[in-house]
Amino acid sequence: MTAVLQARGLGKRYGKRWALSDCTLDVPAGHVVGLVGPNGAGKTTLLNLAAGQLAPTAGSIEVLGGRPGSSAAQLAKVGFVAQDTPTYAGLTVAEHLRLGARLNPGWDAGLARGRIERLGLDPRQKAGKLSGGQRAQLALTLAIAKRPGLLILDEPIAALDPLARREFMQGLLEAAVEQELSVVLSSHLVSDLERACDHLIVLVESRVRVTGEVEELLATHHRLTGPRRDLDRLPADQQIVSASHTDRQSTLIIRTGAPVHDPAWTVSQVGLEDLVLAYMNSAAATDHRPLLEVQR
Amino acid sequence: MIWLTWRQFRIPGVAVFAGLAVFAVILAFTGPALAHDYATGIAACTNESGGCDEFLRRFFRDYQNTFLAFAALVLLLPPLIGLFWGAPLIARELETGTHRLVWNQTVTRTRWLTVKLGLVGLAAMIAAALGSLAVTWWSSTIDQNAGRDQFARLSSVVFDARGIVPIGYAAFAFALGMTVGMLIRRTLPAMAVTLAAFAVIQIAMPTLVRPYLLPPTRATVEITPAILDGISLGAGRFIHLQAKAPDPGGWLLDSHTVDASGNAVEEIPLTASSGPCAPSGEPRESMAKCLVEINRLGYRQQLTYHAPTRFWPFQWIETAIYFALALGLTGFSFWWTRRRLS
Repeated sequence: MTAVLQARGLGKRYGKRWALSDCTLDVPAGHVVGLVGPNGAGKTTLLNLAAGQLAPTAGSIEVLGGRPGSSAAQLAKVGFVAQDTPTYAGLTVAEHLRLGARLNPGWDAGLARGRIERLGLDPRQKAGKLSGGQRAQLALTLAIAKRPGLLILDEPIAALDPLARREFMQGLLEAAVEQELSVVLSSHLVSDLERACDHLIVLVESRVRVTGEVEELLATHHRLTGPRRDLDRLPADQQIVSASHTDRQSTLIIRTGAPVHDPAWTVSQVGLEDLVLAYMNSAAATDHRPLLEVQR
Repeated sequence: MIWLTWRQFRIPGVAVFAGLAVFAVILAFTGPALAHDYATGIAACTNESGGCDEFLRRFFRDYQNTFLAFAALVLLLPPLIGLFWGAPLIARELETGTHRLVWNQTVTRTRWLTVKLGLVGLAAMIAAALGSLAVTWWSSTIDQNAGRDQFARLSSVVFDARGIVPIGYAAFAFALGMTVGMLIRRTLPAMAVTLAAFAVIQIAMPTLVRPYLLPPTRATVEITPAILDGISLGAGRFIHLQAKAPDPGGWLLDSHTVDASGNAVEEIPLTASSGPCAPSGEPRESMAKCLVEINRLGYRQQLTYHAPTRFWPFQWIETAIYFALALGLTGFSFWWTRRRLS
């Protein structure tokens, strides 16, 4: 597995507060990677560090073999759509494309124009007058048409309505396939990522809770329901992700590569959303922290 | 990057330069008329009995308001540039989040800032240079003749609006606005802080710094009408002298009267009620008699001043100081943009 993004002991401090601390992770190449975690997990900080918008306080981060933001060549390799998809309100759509062409030697004008036409955006319209979805699409167009090797998106659809979300994700996936882009996309909404991502990283409190291909994660996680029992007697290859008990019944989410044979359990599929929530909650339980805010 | 900078700077840039153009047209029309008025007036008054003093006074009175208004425009240009060009330059990007768009194009922050600062900063200096040049030209007749006493070229309002210092002020105001905006990250508060800081500096400079840029000339001189700005004497009161710089257009920092043994005195113990300073006959003659007596008693005036020839040395030194300040702020903002800003 080659990594497009490698973080080792990465940390970023604002004043006395660590927004991200001791984060070690690898993002594999050639995937659409979903970075998911509760608010405050450090997703935005991590992605800003990867795009070179921030400099790390501790540790190191490498993106496509270089230090983020260290040179123009490095900037050319990474497309970044920041949170809230900023654009220049006073500049028209056409002027944004011109900006992209002027500031990026690798600019693909045909691609940019084609995307704007397909989206039905009026080139003479000011970006400030665009809807949230259109603005996000414009920001995405700018990031794609510079022809990066890695595209980073920080909660690009958080503010969009469901239809605009779907359109945005479709455009993103098309571009990823056409240009063989690696994509890292953050969200606290698992449902958004479920359709788009083939790889998932769950980040909680700066730590990677679980990482892997979505298919494999779904295949190896099971929900077990059965009469209440002591958990110490589970087979060694079954790793408990979360457990909840009522007076009479235990419900577990476990990770295992092998089939579950114990007849006392009712085994059922775990959806991606439940899986992610299980990992977030387990982090909260083991660290004795208040329950994390989970938004739907 | 040049295109983007121009696109962002277009409106405020054009506004200021259009204003300057209108201003230049007004100056171009009124300037020759002023020079003509002066030339004809001077030619006429040489034949009059009272000399040209009366004409000069009248001439200056007629043009004083315009003269001051134009000087004020040159004084206002640097803070305007700092407020409307400097403060939003980075603050606007940070405020709207567009820095996260532009910093992710294939342009390093250093180049981004270099182009922005270079182009707009250059425009700021050109605007100030044009404004100063035009007003210096328009006011030259008054500066050199009629207004020389009331508004010496070294006095604060005139000095600040002539020559090359406005260029230094503009460069500094621009760098100040840009830096403050970068630190505060909001355009409006940055404008307010820029204005306040610039105003404080512009008041401190002529009062606290400029007098000591070069060592002033100190002289103890005989009391003659040439150094007297006023003399207060009345029945029952002692004489109090008010001095002015010995050369016309000089800048008097300090003066006091000293007696024969060299001690500073507030007043000279002569009164208008009797003695040599009592009014008798023609005022000019009686005044001359009084001054002869004052000098005979050993009174002298001690003057601390700058000669008018110091105008250009002061201009160069002060411009250099402001450029150095502007460069310091610029260097800091480069460092801050690269290391701290996000």
